[in-house]
Amino acid sequence: MQVKNASILNLVAGNGNILRNQSGVVMKITILLLESPYNHQSADSAYHFIQAAIRKGHEITGVFLYNDGVINATALMDPPQDDRHIASRWSELGARGIDIVACIAAGKRRGIIDSVLVPNVRISGLGQLASMIRKSDRLVTFGD
Amino acid sequence: MANDAFKLMITVRKAPHGSIYVQEAIEVMFIMASFDMDLSIVFLDDGVYALKQGQNTKELGIKGFSASLAALADWDVKNVYVDGDSLTQRNITPEQLVSVGEDEETGQPLHPRVLTTDELRVLMHQQDSILSS
Amino acid sequence: MLHTVNKSPFDTHDLHNCARFVDAGDVLLLLEDGVYAAQAGTVQSHLVADMISRCAVYALQADLAARGISDLIPGVALADYDKFVDLVEQHKVQAWL
Repeated sequence: MQVKNASILNLVAGNGNILRNQSGVVMKITILLLESPYNHQSADSAYHFIQAAIRKGHEITGVFLYNDGVINATALMDPPQDDRHIASRWSELGARGIDIVACIAAGKRRGIIDSVLVPNVRISGLGQLASMIRKSDRLVTFGD
Repeated sequence: MANDAFKLMITVRKAPHGSIYVQEAIEVMFIMASFDMDLSIVFLDDGVYALKQGQNTKELGIKGFSASLAALADWDVKNVYVDGDSLTQRNITPEQLVSVGEDEETGQPLHPRVLTTDELRVLMHQQDSILSS
Repeated sequence: MLHTVNKSPFDTHDLHNCARFVDAGDVLLLLEDGVYAAQAGTVQSHLVADMISRCAVYALQADLAARGISDLIPGVALADYDKFVDLVEQHKVQAWL
């Protein structure tokens, strides 16, 4: 936990449009997402939570995709145009500087490998989850 | 391990075999144990079924994780707990549970330690983070 | 500690199982299908009604709205995602998935 630092906030929020959180501290938060998109609501819940956390000036240390959660990272999804594009959401958060990581072992089981990833998402090992958690004040798990 | 080490609890609450959650949770345990953390593993609710002796997934064509469970302590996953109430509810006795490794000094099999709800509640509230699987 | 429950109490025992680990000062947040537990007058309403005497209970507004739930058990507070973040700021989290 640390006192608010403008440069960190700008890095995370990107748009300078930050609402102050009540306590004036920046929480470092790791998000663990365990379910695939669309089948469960967890990817949507995680996304809305992250948007609110950024808006309130907190820092998302990383988003780790595990179990079927790795399927969130595939560029091969092509939902109907009037529906949300969940992989693009993660890609956009990645473009804003948030580390979005799909687990390599869980990914290999499910066909999620480098060649199918959306931009700004990377594949790495569970060690990344360990170091995210160690660096964070909070771990918030979304799954089913 | 130092008292100020980061305290991480991994809870296992789902039944084995019907889904992959327990299998992949065990993979997480092995990695977390290789980091400098005060790691606690808790099997509760349907998660306690993962610890029952005499499970054989051969006919399912699934490798299963009994070998991994038996090696937890050898990979530095030392603090393995099981919720006593969840066992009682399912008519499982502590004697029916698998061993999760061997004692380094005596070579005797180590078993998950049975905790009461009160003990588990306290342990849970002492954590820096809880990873749900 | 913040406990999150995302399953209908008619489908799983997660809320029931969570209840015995709730300590004084803890908070329960119902989200996704968990918000069905916040509805008044059901055969499962007693679960949340009992917990309200022991801890603060919130239900995520967006999930209530999506499910058309408006008749809440007295004492259940509404939370938007900003409030969800505030609760995480104040508490460590256990997700009862």
